[in-house]
Amino acid sequence: MSTHTLSVLVENKPGVLARVAGLFSRRGFNIDSLAVGPTEFPEISRMTIVVSVDELPLEQVTKQLNKLVSVIKIVELERPQSVQRELLLVKVRADAGQRGQLLELTEMFRARVVDVSAEALIIEATGTADKLAALLKVLEPFGIKEMAQSGMVAIGRGPRSISGPGVLRPVDRQTA
Amino acid sequence: MPTSQPPKGPVPAPPPRPQRPPTSAPAPARTVEPCTGAQSLVRSLEAVGVEIVFGIPGGAILPAYDPLLDSTKVRHVLVRHEQGAGHAAEGYAQATGKVGVCMATSGPGATNLVTPIADAYMDSVPMVAITGQVPRASIGTDAFQEADISGITLPITKHSFLVQDAEDIPRVIAEAFHIAATGRPGPVLVDVPKDVLQAATTFRWPPTFDLPGYRPVMRPHGKQIREAAQLIARSGRPVLYVGGGVVKANAAAELRRLADLTGIPVVTTLMARGAFPDSHPQHLGMPGMHGAVAAVTALQRADLLITLGARFDDRVTGKLDTFAPNAMVIHADIDPAEISKNRTADVPIVGDCREVIGQLVDAVQVEFEAGRRTDLTGWWAQLDGWRQTYPLGYEWPTDGSLAPQYVIERLGALVGPEAVYVAGVGQHQMWAAQFIGYEHPRSWLNSGGLGTMGYAVPAAMGAKMGRPDATVWAVDGDGCFQMTNQELATCALEGVPIKVAVINNGNLGMVRQWQTLFYDERYSSTDLGTHKHRVPDFVKLAEAYGCVGLRCESRDEVDATIQKAMEIDDVPVVVDFVVGKDAMVWPMVPAGTSNDEILAARDARPAFDEDDV
Repeated sequence: MSTHTLSVLVENKPGVLARVAGLFSRRGFNIDSLAVGPTEFPEISRMTIVVSVDELPLEQVTKQLNKLVSVIKIVELERPQSVQRELLLVKVRADAGQRGQLLELTEMFRARVVDVSAEALIIEATGTADKLAALLKVLEPFGIKEMAQSGMVAIGRGPRSISGPGVLRPVDRQTA
Repeated sequence: MPTSQPPKGPVPAPPPRPQRPPTSAPAPARTVEPCTGAQSLVRSLEAVGVEIVFGIPGGAILPAYDPLLDSTKVRHVLVRHEQGAGHAAEGYAQATGKVGVCMATSGPGATNLVTPIADAYMDSVPMVAITGQVPRASIGTDAFQEADISGITLPITKHSFLVQDAEDIPRVIAEAFHIAATGRPGPVLVDVPKDVLQAATTFRWPPTFDLPGYRPVMRPHGKQIREAAQLIARSGRPVLYVGGGVVKANAAAELRRLADLTGIPVVTTLMARGAFPDSHPQHLGMPGMHGAVAAVTALQRADLLITLGARFDDRVTGKLDTFAPNAMVIHADIDPAEISKNRTADVPIVGDCREVIGQLVDAVQVEFEAGRRTDLTGWWAQLDGWRQTYPLGYEWPTDGSLAPQYVIERLGALVGPEAVYVAGVGQHQMWAAQFIGYEHPRSWLNSGGLGTMGYAVPAAMGAKMGRPDATVWAVDGDGCFQMTNQELATCALEGVPIKVAVINNGNLGMVRQWQTLFYDERYSSTDLGTHKHRVPDFVKLAEAYGCVGLRCESRDEVDATIQKAMEIDDVPVVVDFVVGKDAMVWPMVPAGTSNDEILAARDARPAFDEDDV
């Protein structure tokens, strides 16, 4: 099994997430990560779905997704040809003596401290899942009080757009 | 034009039907009328060409029933159970090719539609189900008769709509019918909250579609067609594996041309019976678990499957990895997700079967004219050998009871191929698929994918309403018949003279057959008592429902009873054919085994010459 990142452009309408999530569970696929957000078009949302499946079942799930009336377009983003990021917010135990050390680590990971209190810091970091895992590993000895991590979002490298003009022209606006 | 005023005050007595002005002037291109959501719904149904709606009113859908009373174009048929409405809509759709429509109220009305919606999904039947919903403000509060029907039916609909604004009604209805009927057909649910039906709105027609994600591929790729034609011309053991998609695409004529041009043998699946004439010498019959030996074996020994609108269902393939082991596969289907789902296709073709087959005929012609053609004489010698050695047949019960196969065979012979036959699910369904000769598409309706017992009577009603000039026979089992026979009341009162042949073996016959074969004849909960106790008495039941009830218990009465039933054309007829309980469906590929293990009859595996392979 290998990991695949799917960018799915869907209609920004109620219930679309349930349709997509339901399809994955119904066909027996586990979603590793899922992120939903707006696009440059208000009527279109973008889902980034990470799944671990073999090539053939992936083709089947992509075809089944494509059949959903609310799904407009699906693109698989290969790792080297795309930028893939997750967001991590982590609350780390930190008294006055540990702050300096933590700030140094934060710097090394190009992360930021976004909240400071007497006993803790909140660190914000973005990056690939691997980088965030590495950061968490070095923070662990300090004591992680709480963390929240987003699903992955991704975008293809280079000038081409999966949703640009000509691609997402309001297709098939037919009259009954 | 129907009234355009919103209803005033408490509902008055129904107004007289508005008279249409005798106008010869063409209607204006665009219609804009102030009205209620309910009126907009009915006007939209009229505008998309709905003739019949099957349904039952109730609280949440009630506003829609008021303007329905005034519609001169849409006939509402009051059924006795919402499941009956759904199957009737399916029968109407399958017999006519148009979209079937059913309507129910919120909560239990809507959940009663779940089985027919699932059935329509599995068999790709174009259907629109309209349900009332509790008012918008009550959604999510566990209100009286609230059920999240769009959530419940999410996995079994092609698409669904929860209408949030009365202004959207015309567009939603137009889109629902478009989605249901085009591409791979299927059921679409439209859930309308009561307050949306009551709201003041404007009916605007025609609406503009907003379906950026819906683009079914109709035209096949020319390169794939040429590749398929080359494979066809080179193959020495090809088979045309024909599925229900050929019926749905109205491609029977094109299929006939392709078969006649190539001389290739044809098998028609359960969903495709009638897509190719049974009388045609190239027709080997039905493949699958209860298929003809020649049809099953032809697929197993083929070097090329030309798969048209079929989906390699487990009932056809048996154990998948031993199915047609030496065959290359051309797979044409309008649904790209079917291609290579179960069996990898060597030549995938996405497109409408009518387009695909039409283009295949031309492309194969080109191959033949260039002198590329493979002789099929040797293949046909083998096929004819299997056909002659293992014809479909049955034995008479030794206890002197009536053979169910004989009843069905005589029914087919006396009623003929112009009628529409509608089966339930079980042994009688398989016998009706085997022993009735079908010559035309849409003359055989059944529940193939979901296997819904109780499909026959309401679906026959829908079929008869869609094709009133056709004779419609439901071939039902005594188990199936007891699930939905309440619709006989609808048939009697609405003047729908269907005929029902109840193949009454007193048992859940197919389950009993498996208990005989695989459970040491331990008959757990399969005796329905319709023999021993005659409860219910189907003749009396028919009469209670305003139908004619007949009974036939012996071989010499069969023809006369069928003739008598055929002479009655003003009321529905139910014939209780009391048949032996031990008859079994043969041939049979035991579940989970390879098609090579087909048994022509009990303990009778055909002795294939293995050198033939």
